[in-house]
Amino acid sequence: MWFWLLRRLGQVVPTLLILSVLIFALQQLMPGDPALILAGEERGDPQVLAQIRAELFLDRPLPEQYARWLWRVLHGDLGFSWRIREPVATLILQKLPVTLQLGGMAFVIACCIGIPLGVLSAVYQGRWPDVLVNAVALAGISTPNFWLGIMLILLVSVHLGWLPPSGYVPLSEDPWQSLATTIMPAFVLGNAISAVLMRHTRAAMLNALGQDYVRTARAKGLRERVVVLKHALRNALVPVVTLGAIELGRLLAGAVLTEQIFTIPGFGKLIVDAVFNRDYPVVQGVVMVVAVITVLLALLADILYLLVNPRLRHA
Amino acid sequence: MIRLALTALLLLAGAAQNAQAQAQAQAQAQAPAPNLRIGLREDPDQLDPSLARTYVGRIVFAALCDKLFDINEKLEIVPQLATAHAWEDPKTLLITLRSGVRFHDGEPMDAEAVRYSLMRHLTMPGSFRRGEINSMESVEVVNPTQVRVRLKEAFAPFLSQLTDRAGMMVSPKAAEALGAGFGNRPVCAGPFRFVERVAQDRIVVERFPGYWDAARIHLNRITYLPIPDSTVRLANLQSGAIDISETISPSDVPAVQRNPRLRAVLSDELGYQSITLNIGNGPRANTPFGRDPRVRQAFELAIDRDALNQVVYEGMYTPTRQAVPPASPYHIASLRPAPRNVERARALLREAGVRSPLQVEMTVPNNPDLRQVAEVIQAMVAEAGFELKINAMEFASSLQAAQRGDFETYLLGWSGRTDPDGNIWTFIHTGAPQNDGRYGNPAVDALLDQQRQVNDPAARRALLERMWQVAVVQDVSRIYLWHRKNTPAMSARVQGFQAVPDGLIRLQGLRLN
Repeated sequence: MWFWLLRRLGQVVPTLLILSVLIFALQQLMPGDPALILAGEERGDPQVLAQIRAELFLDRPLPEQYARWLWRVLHGDLGFSWRIREPVATLILQKLPVTLQLGGMAFVIACCIGIPLGVLSAVYQGRWPDVLVNAVALAGISTPNFWLGIMLILLVSVHLGWLPPSGYVPLSEDPWQSLATTIMPAFVLGNAISAVLMRHTRAAMLNALGQDYVRTARAKGLRERVVVLKHALRNALVPVVTLGAIELGRLLAGAVLTEQIFTIPGFGKLIVDAVFNRDYPVVQGVVMVVAVITVLLALLADILYLLVNPRLRHA
Repeated sequence: MIRLALTALLLLAGAAQNAQAQAQAQAQAQAPAPNLRIGLREDPDQLDPSLARTYVGRIVFAALCDKLFDINEKLEIVPQLATAHAWEDPKTLLITLRSGVRFHDGEPMDAEAVRYSLMRHLTMPGSFRRGEINSMESVEVVNPTQVRVRLKEAFAPFLSQLTDRAGMMVSPKAAEALGAGFGNRPVCAGPFRFVERVAQDRIVVERFPGYWDAARIHLNRITYLPIPDSTVRLANLQSGAIDISETISPSDVPAVQRNPRLRAVLSDELGYQSITLNIGNGPRANTPFGRDPRVRQAFELAIDRDALNQVVYEGMYTPTRQAVPPASPYHIASLRPAPRNVERARALLREAGVRSPLQVEMTVPNNPDLRQVAEVIQAMVAEAGFELKINAMEFASSLQAAQRGDFETYLLGWSGRTDPDGNIWTFIHTGAPQNDGRYGNPAVDALLDQQRQVNDPAARRALLERMWQVAVVQDVSRIYLWHRKNTPAMSARVQGFQAVPDGLIRLQGLRLN
């Protein structure tokens, strides 16, 4: 098992390297001159533009630009934001906990909704609870984040006045306020994923409920609750856990839109603003960090797989 | 002896108690000064007056950094840190400063500080102010409250540059100490001093007790919150999470006006919306549209600005045919858009020997209302024989495309400058940096250069009028559509808001009840 783990870790390094080249190349394909954007309405002065290009090495050949970036990253320096002149690492450290909090809450919400509903719909397969849950799930998957977000803001904040419409308060500053500012975006973010989780739990449960060991358990005279929750669900959770870890990576992507709507100063907002302002060092740094997290989550999923399913440990 | 000491002690204690009570009373009298929250459309860039570029940054600077001069609602130049100015000759400006003004760090705002700040704007690497004041040759300290600025050549717009960021004075001591980090901790002479900034989340400033005009400041703290989505910004205002939204979407204005707890304060902006036409920038200018003014005139005649304004902006904006808004003394009232005339447009196309439909492409920054404007124009010009193809592009990409000449027509706005030159020269003069369509006419250039050297408003206005006759009426080098409105909205509790065409939120006299 340790050898396996080491081999998996060894695969991570080339993956990240290839990824960094891809990100760099993709940015170059993006139309729009960063110098023009950085100059804003002062873009009139060609001297200023030349100066910006020289300062940011935009006038050097691309391989050199990439090499410079990689060299610095290997030394633990992600560079400076061109727009607000703060170190990218500082920005990331400032924003990452925000998105992790949001993502964590969204994931908990998604699990709380998705897994019980999945079990429910599998147990009542073909009957009205199943139909109802499926309809809700379909609606959940099809509802765009931005629409649901704005509707929630209008309803909960503007009409009812229960929660602040946007913004963020750090957990360390005021836990209650922090919860109040993140619960709506976390719900929006968790909503789509809960539907996916529900569908997968349902499929896995149906599969498990049809297995011999479930029939045996029932034949033993176990109560239905024990059969469903202990025997069937435990087995059904194996694929769901893997999926959950992958979805957690998708949560980061979903946060891009949700944070934009709710003005949460997290990772998603950082990257959107950076892309629109052609703030390459920030884009590059953030995407790299997201990539590392996603790769590590996939690794974590594999490990969890082993823990949940003892049969795989000997394989 | 002991008795004496005891008495003294008692007396001291009494005095201390007295002082405490006084301080409490004072605090109570001052207590009502409330905190204000302002929603911004985006996160500002660096808060260094020399390096800053964004419009929203100027809104924050209105709290932090006073300027030598300011403008009022009639676009007149009024004193701020300076009390007076005099042109000793067309190239020499004597500025008299307010005495006793201090920066947030307690340093004096005197002639030496003004010399330092102006030279910093001019010479600092990466300064975006250089282009605005590069007509400046030197600054001399005459005495602690007077500086003499010498220009390389007469430049009428110079004074108006000092009403914006180039006129913001920074503490020399702080600027030297903080260097490139000054923008993260700006120290100026404005009514509020910097407290903290969390990127993309908030900028907080607090009342500066040593402000020279402290009696007119009735707020304690201001938090600027960037909220990019206009719907969400409005929701924040409606729910009371912010007190002022720096701007709201034009389509939301009626809803705000109907709400008794809110107020929208509309005023004409400094800038304009226009269509840049590719006349000489690369191969894409080589079309009947780029070559023949009659074709462009036909295009303009097919557009009904009033109807367009009604359809997209509920008639809120002011249709125009020039770059200078009606509030400015340099606005030419007689230069009005011609009424729509499809017959005449068709005739012009026939005259030019163009077979219709003539295909023309319009590049549009990808935002909902501009796309709608383009769609209405598309329908209008179709009747005159143009087949307009709309090319919606993300803003940064569209800018680059325009500069490279990869466009035929480009729907773009300009936020505007106080002096008319800032709205005109760089867009129309041959080879000027923002003349993306590469229009060029020596007669226009001569008039544009002349008006820069004339300080007499009437003479300058006459030169500009002649320039418009050639550049817009004869050559149709650009189609100006309208002057937009500044659309700040605020809670009804906000009192004393001054609407100035630059759209900034001035804090002097502003109250929150």
